[in-house]
Amino acid sequence: MAKELIRLVNCRKEFDGEVVLDSINLDIKDKEFLTLLGPSGCGKTTTLRIIGGFLKPDSGQVIFGGVKINDLPPHKRKINTVFQKYALFTHLNVFENIAFGLRIQRPKLPEKEIERRVHEALELVALNGYEKRSVTQLSGGQQQRIAIARAVVNRPQVLLLDEPLGALDLKLRKDMQRELKQIQQQVGITFIYVTHDQEEALTMSDTVVVMNKGEIQQIGTPIDIYNEPKNAFVADFIGESNIIDGVMVADNIVRMYGRNFQCLDKGFSHNENVDVVVRPEDIDIVPVEQGQIVGTVTEVTFKGMQYDIIVDFQGFKWLIQTTDHSPVGSKIGVKIDPDGFHIMKKSEYSGLYGDYSSYSAEYDELSADPEAGGQEDE
Amino acid sequence: MSSAVNESLSALSSRHRKQAFAYPYVLWMALFVVIPIVLVAVYAFTSVGGGFTLSNFYNMPEYTAVFGRSLWLAFVATVVCLIVGYPVALAISRTNPRTQRILMLMLMLPMWINFLLRTYAWMSLLENTGLINRALGALGVFDLINSIGLARSASPSQYVPIDHFQLINTGGAVVLGMVYNYLPFMILPIHSVIIKIDHSVIEAAQDLGASRGIVFRKVIFPLSISGVISGITMVFVPSVSTFVISKLLGGGTNMLLGDLIEMQFLGSAYNPHLGSAISLIMMAIVIICMGVMNKFGEGEEQAVVM
Repeated sequence: MAKELIRLVNCRKEFDGEVVLDSINLDIKDKEFLTLLGPSGCGKTTTLRIIGGFLKPDSGQVIFGGVKINDLPPHKRKINTVFQKYALFTHLNVFENIAFGLRIQRPKLPEKEIERRVHEALELVALNGYEKRSVTQLSGGQQQRIAIARAVVNRPQVLLLDEPLGALDLKLRKDMQRELKQIQQQVGITFIYVTHDQEEALTMSDTVVVMNKGEIQQIGTPIDIYNEPKNAFVADFIGESNIIDGVMVADNIVRMYGRNFQCLDKGFSHNENVDVVVRPEDIDIVPVEQGQIVGTVTEVTFKGMQYDIIVDFQGFKWLIQTTDHSPVGSKIGVKIDPDGFHIMKKSEYSGLYGDYSSYSAEYDELSADPEAGGQEDE
Repeated sequence: MSSAVNESLSALSSRHRKQAFAYPYVLWMALFVVIPIVLVAVYAFTSVGGGFTLSNFYNMPEYTAVFGRSLWLAFVATVVCLIVGYPVALAISRTNPRTQRILMLMLMLPMWINFLLRTYAWMSLLENTGLINRALGALGVFDLINSIGLARSASPSQYVPIDHFQLINTGGAVVLGMVYNYLPFMILPIHSVIIKIDHSVIEAAQDLGASRGIVFRKVIFPLSISGVISGITMVFVPSVSTFVISKLLGGGTNMLLGDLIEMQFLGSAYNPHLGSAISLIMMAIVIICMGVMNKFGEGEEQAVVM
């Protein structure tokens, strides 16, 4: 597991003078499920295309198994890709689509071997019996499975997946997420997955690479990324976050709203200005007199499992997720346990995220729309 | 309830109204396509006297050579158009959209000039005293050939020096005329199919291990086959029935079906009954050829509408 397979060293890429990738350094281990996550235009697809060989970095190195492969064309790399819009061959049936890579191998594979491997691949994606079908007759989900079968049948060392579930509906997407993870474990190869959907990234990945503006913001396990975001961008992009200006008075003590809170973070300078992250689910609502701070409810949205309520604390609006209903206009107190705080150093993103003043329920609908960030880098 | 009925009634009548726009075309087709074909058939199966006869077809074997030559020259022209046109279409499709528009315009530009005029222009180029032969003469090509021929000739006194190449009035000139005139009809449909091929499909093939050659052979060409079939049809059909090109560039020696038919209606051998019979057979041959071609494109979108 720990063996390094691919390494990007200082990879930089510009399109028409615009920097899309700025000195990317990334180690990818053998057999890991790594996700490049970020909003559209963040450079995640560009990174994937550099690994696949469809783009060359302007500077920097792409290293595969210890060998520099910058100039190796795609057809000579032991890497296969599942494309965003499947890119199946419409003039070939399901069997021939999957057999495509096998048929062009030299020395020629015996027909029996091709048949056996195509059937194996079809079994992997649970589409046995579809050999003779035309690919244009298949549903989106089935086409996606064929695209996966076509890519893994070549037994690549790495499978690249470029927003493969972007065009599927929500229910199918959830099923495919589970299935993809299973397939990855079954074939035991490295998956490099590109998505703008943070939930997808957290569900499937061993490692998440959060990107923005052509730079890597943070690399870590899903749990690290969620619990210990490095800056306001990551905190906001992964899940919901309230990000408040604070001052580190001492180790384990952060000051905001004019009072000190216990937290578990240390190692900052005395009186350093910091960003304080409080996740909406880590906030307890308590009677006003017991509250560490007190605010007014300005908005309530019923979300099924919980209420999303917006609370005004001295002009700064927080999002709180709670199962208790508090009516709009009511005054509430809140209590946050020491492990509910996460302290971040100030960054270029400070002050840009984490205020819910302009919050509306529509945001959620937008981010659930698969088309919202579907296209990028094109 | 009643409003629903009204709606469906008005939908019906609006459909009728839309259909009405098609009537002029239907009328046009009936007047100038269907009736002439019926007339041709009637003429083909009647004698000068007006009675039914098959005699017009009995003489057909006499013209086997003309049929053969027409089909052969049209075939050669079509093959040349395909070999020349496909790479051009492919190359144009790889440029950026702006350049593509300019290149397509340049391709179409000659067609703004009258067809006859362009063919006459080729005459003056290919003639024995035409531009090409004069240029070759000025470059000393014929002097060179003559001096070599004279030196190697067994009996120098009988050596006949040449002062031109026979370019015009050859099968080659006819093929040249066909290729020149009909090449855009090969390039256009192929180009329009190739530009519709999703680039990610090509990347997918590369990704699966296909070199450029294999990508072309196994992906681009098969996906463009419907355009190729359209192109072949659009070059072959007018080539097989042309009479102007063969008349101007082929001289009397390369009579084609078109010339033969023209002779029966306007020329010395006036016999519309025979002319109609030949036309019918030519039509049948063309339809059979296209039917065979369409078999190759089975499963593709049918780009050829006969």
